[in-house]
Amino acid sequence: MNEAMQLLGFGEGGWGPALLSGTWVTLQISIGAFIVGILIGLLTALAKLYGNPFCQSFARGYTTICRAVPELLLILLFFYGGSSLLNMLLDYLGYGYVEIAGLPVAIIVLGLVQGAYASEIFRGSILAVHSGQAEAGSAYGMNQRKVFFRITLPIMAPHALAGLSNLWVNLIKDSALISVIGTNELLYTAKQAGGSTREYLLFFVSVAVIYYLITLISSYLLRKLEIHLRRWQPKH
Amino acid sequence: MDVLIDYSNLIYEGLQVTLALLIIGLIFGFIFAIGVALARLSKYRVIAYPAFLFTSVIRGTPLLVQIYIYYYGLGTLFSHVPWIRGHFLWPYLRDGFWYVAFALIISTAAYLSEVIRGGLLAVPKGEVEAARAYGMTETKALLRVRLPRALYQLAPTLAGETVLLLKSTALASTIAVVDLLGAANQIRSITFEVYKPLLLVAAIYIIATYLIEFIFAQFEKRIPMKQ
Repeated sequence: MNEAMQLLGFGEGGWGPALLSGTWVTLQISIGAFIVGILIGLLTALAKLYGNPFCQSFARGYTTICRAVPELLLILLFFYGGSSLLNMLLDYLGYGYVEIAGLPVAIIVLGLVQGAYASEIFRGSILAVHSGQAEAGSAYGMNQRKVFFRITLPIMAPHALAGLSNLWVNLIKDSALISVIGTNELLYTAKQAGGSTREYLLFFVSVAVIYYLITLISSYLLRKLEIHLRRWQPKH
Repeated sequence: MDVLIDYSNLIYEGLQVTLALLIIGLIFGFIFAIGVALARLSKYRVIAYPAFLFTSVIRGTPLLVQIYIYYYGLGTLFSHVPWIRGHFLWPYLRDGFWYVAFALIISTAAYLSEVIRGGLLAVPKGEVEAARAYGMTETKALLRVRLPRALYQLAPTLAGETVLLLKSTALASTIAVVDLLGAANQIRSITFEVYKPLLLVAAIYIIATYLIEFIFAQFEKRIPMKQ
C-alpha cells in the first residue's frame, strides 16, 4: 500500500506530476475537440437543413461515415491520411517534410469525429422549435435577431444541452483513444508508467478513477445547467 | 487493389474475429443486462446500489482503459499465480481476444441495462396489476408481462446499441488481437500502404452497419404490438 502511494505520489520516483499533466492534456484535448466539434456540428446541421443538394448530401455522407466507422479507425485514418496529405501539399509547394503530432492534431481529429454527432444534436434541437413560435415573435414586431435570441435560442438550448452534455462525456472517454497516436495524454502516461514500473493494474485503475471523477463532476455540473435552462418549461 | 487481394485472407480472418466479438458481446451482454436492470429496480438497497455503482463506473470510464485493466492489469497478475499458469485454461487467459470479449460483455451490460430499466419502468402499471389479478406470481408476471413489454420497447434502440458495440470491437486491435482493424494495421505495417487497408476496412464497417440496421428492422416488423 505504502509502495503504491509512493508510485502515485509526487516524491522521488512518483508518477504524480506526470499523471497530473496527463490529466491536463486530456482536458485540453477534450475542451478543444468539443469546440471544434460544435463548430463543425453547427455548420453540418445548417448544411443539412438549409444547404443546397450538394451540401446536403456531403453533410449526410460525413455524418453516416463518422457514425458507422469505429472512432479508432477514423483517428488513424485522419492522422496518417491527414499527415501524408499535408506533406504532399508541402512537398508540392516546395517545403520540407514535417512530422505532425501532438495536441492540435488530436483536437482536430477528435473534433472531426464528434462533429457528426454534434450535427445531429443541433439538427434535432433546431427542428424542435415550433415554427409558429418564431412567427408569433415576428408578429409581435421583433426583428429576426431578436426572434433568434429571445425565442429560438432559449427554446432550443435545453434540447441541445442535453445532447451536448452526452457528447462531452463521450469526448472525455474517446480522448483516451488519442493515446494510440502517441500524444501524451492521461492513458498514454499511464501506459508508460505501467511499462516502466510493471505496476499496470495500479496505474490503469488510478487512471480509471481520474476519468470517472472527471465524467462524474462534469455531468453533475451540466445537469445543474440544464435545470437552469429548463426553468421556464412547464413541469411534468 | 492488388495489395488488398494478396491479403484478403487476413482481412477475412479479421472480419470473423470482429463478428465473433460482436455476437459474444451482444448475447452475453444482453443476458447480463437484464440481471443488472432487475437488480437496479430491486427494493433492497443492498442489491440496487451495487448495480447502480456498476453501471455508473462502467459508463463513466473509457472502454479502452477497462480493456487495459483486464489485459495488462489482471493479465500480469494472473501470470504471477502458479496454479493459474498451470491451469488448462491458461492458453485462453493469455489470448487478448477473451479479455476484449469480457470487456465488451461488461460494457454492453452496463449500457443496455439502462435502456432495459427504462423499458421496465415504462410498462403500464395496469398491465402488471391485471397479471397479478389473474393470479400470476410476481415472477410469472415479470416473465410473461413486464419483460416482454420492456424488450419490445427496446427494439428500436437495440440496432443503435449493436452498431455502437460493433464500433467498440475495433478496440481489440490495441491489444494485438487481429480483428478487422488489426488486420488493416498489419497490412499497413507490412506493405506501408496507409489508405488502402484502412479505407477498405472502413467500407466493411459501413456495410456491416447497414446490415445490422436492416436485420433489426426486419426483426422489429415481427413484434406483435399495435403501433
